[in-house]
Amino acid sequence: MSPRRKRRPRSAIAAAFSRCSKRKRSAFIPFLVAGDPSLEATPDLLRALVAGGADVIELGVAFSDPIADGPTIQRGSHRALAGGSSLSAVLGLIERHREELGVPIVLFTYYNPVHARGVETFAAQAADSGVDGVLCVDLPPDEGLRELQPALEERGVDSIYLIAATSTRERIDRAAAASNGFVYYTARSDVTGEREDLIPTLAREVKRVRRRVRLPVAVGFGISTPQQVEEVAKVAHGVVVGSALVRLVEENGAEPDLAARLERRVGELTAPLRG
Amino acid sequence: MKVRKPLSAAAMEPDEGGRYGVYGGRYAPETLMAPLEELSRAYDRLRRKRTFQRRLNHLLEHYVGRPTPLYFAERLTEHLGGARIYLKREDLLHTGAHKINNALGQVLLAKEMGKTRIIAETGAGQHGVATATAAALLGLDCVVYMGEEDMRRQRLNVYRMQLLGAEVAPVDAGSQTLKDAINEAFRDWVASFADTHYVLGTVTGPEPYPRMVRRFHSVIGAEARRQLRRLAGTPAPDVAVACVGGGSNAMGLFSAFLGQPDVLLVGVEAGGRGPELGDHAARFSGGTLGVLHGARTLVLQDEEGQVVGTHSVSAGLDYPAVGPEHVFLHEQGQIEFTSATDQEAIEGFHLLSATEGILPALESAHAIAEVTRRAPEMEPDQVILVNLSGRGDKDVESVLEYDAK
Repeated sequence: MSPRRKRRPRSAIAAAFSRCSKRKRSAFIPFLVAGDPSLEATPDLLRALVAGGADVIELGVAFSDPIADGPTIQRGSHRALAGGSSLSAVLGLIERHREELGVPIVLFTYYNPVHARGVETFAAQAADSGVDGVLCVDLPPDEGLRELQPALEERGVDSIYLIAATSTRERIDRAAAASNGFVYYTARSDVTGEREDLIPTLAREVKRVRRRVRLPVAVGFGISTPQQVEEVAKVAHGVVVGSALVRLVEENGAEPDLAARLERRVGELTAPLRG
Repeated sequence: MKVRKPLSAAAMEPDEGGRYGVYGGRYAPETLMAPLEELSRAYDRLRRKRTFQRRLNHLLEHYVGRPTPLYFAERLTEHLGGARIYLKREDLLHTGAHKINNALGQVLLAKEMGKTRIIAETGAGQHGVATATAAALLGLDCVVYMGEEDMRRQRLNVYRMQLLGAEVAPVDAGSQTLKDAINEAFRDWVASFADTHYVLGTVTGPEPYPRMVRRFHSVIGAEARRQLRRLAGTPAPDVAVACVGGGSNAMGLFSAFLGQPDVLLVGVEAGGRGPELGDHAARFSGGTLGVLHGARTLVLQDEEGQVVGTHSVSAGLDYPAVGPEHVFLHEQGQIEFTSATDQEAIEGFHLLSATEGILPALESAHAIAEVTRRAPEMEPDQVILVNLSGRGDKDVESVLEYDAK
């Protein structure tokens, strides 16, 4: 295992989780694909997420070959790419709006766009733009610890790794030791997408992970209703909702009040957390 | 071209993380990491197990039809007027291409691992047909993902897979070709690995696929080396040529001659319609270092790291990345890469058909195209070994269409 890291100032992500924890509630972490339905629309949608009660935002970078995503987010990525979205554009968006939003942003991306830019350049630009954390879906700690994390760490950007239902104890420990901010537990072994029922064993599984992880554990994949948010919030420090919001954007992309609808939906989803 | 030097045995196997130098690796979503680790372990256990090897060898001999002949293409040699040309006849294998070597090996492995369902991607349809065949033989369920564009180009192979009891799942995302079929197969596997094995069809993907697929195809080179000694009186050719999509048939052939400084290994990529990005699948001339489908390798991509579309008349070469070991061996000065355009491949197809009575797969026709350029420049006592990786029956319609244009 890697040697203990130097202490560094608490990140905005860590602060957001600790604020929630003081209020004895879970953090709400919505996901959107940046540039879906258009780059122009995205800032308003991000504001809607914050107004609806987001504690941390996961902002997806569209990629041509999203192997871990289901149809909904695939279509969202496709729309974003067709509208000219790219890692450069997303970094520009964050740079212009991060401060105003006042909520930490985790860049949710496949590794290739980062790799193409060059890891050092990316890390510098991400830090300068105000990116708080980076999660590369296809960069497990096995590769990430060596390739990307040192550059991010040097600039105070958090690295977040996934833990899956299939992760062995050894892999859980590896992801936990490598992550800063929080770890992201994917509640099902599947691509992203909404599910009608959450797995009954979820509570047990999240507890299995929490026992081995000192950081907050956020749970995602398949969560789409306020009831599910409530259920997951009982066991997790953070609740991630992705596909359900991307679907809302898809279905209302042409509506002038898209942002208002999104805000309303996020408000419904966060209601159980406000108690 | 760098100086070719002998390769150490250590350099021929990837490290524990599946890395060939800085290429390869295991860039996969966390959900697949434990299943991939399990696969590596199972493969390493079985490849050393004698009963597994015996079973595989038995099937390769009696079911698949190994060894395949090495054939001296006398009329083609005369026609080109240079080096003597030998064809390794993988086209004569059951199902019509080299793909069955790997498909059968992996399906047998899956069965040993207790999996009951097989998934695969396919471009030209040859790997899909081979996998569907192996699954039928061993009594496992089979789903083959195939891009809709490829299904149009290769509709006969679609029906063949269905006849073999496989479900062909159309993929309408992206370019609707091989890369999108691989995306979809990975998505399936993320949810199904408990009972399902993903038979990846080429020497790319996350560890252990590149080394496993190479190993199952290394029989091609091993046989060719023996046969050359007997037939041509030399244990090694002056030049060995193979087409490279992902690069499995090339790796199978080349593996027997790596580290031999007198053997020039030439990989032929799809030059498509021309050198503009999007018009070809020539990664060594138009690609940059990237990470796709689990491996760091050369990828055809734009500056933002988005993978771009490719084009080739041959569906099996129509892929934006290449096996990581090829990139490593190229860097080591072991393999030279070139490309043949659609037009050159079609001409190669006609030439081999007319001079030797052999219809090559359009993929293999790219290798033939390279031979037509190279053989006349060589001496009559020199030997070119070509991997005729598949037969062209599946491509007759495509050639007909192309010629009509």
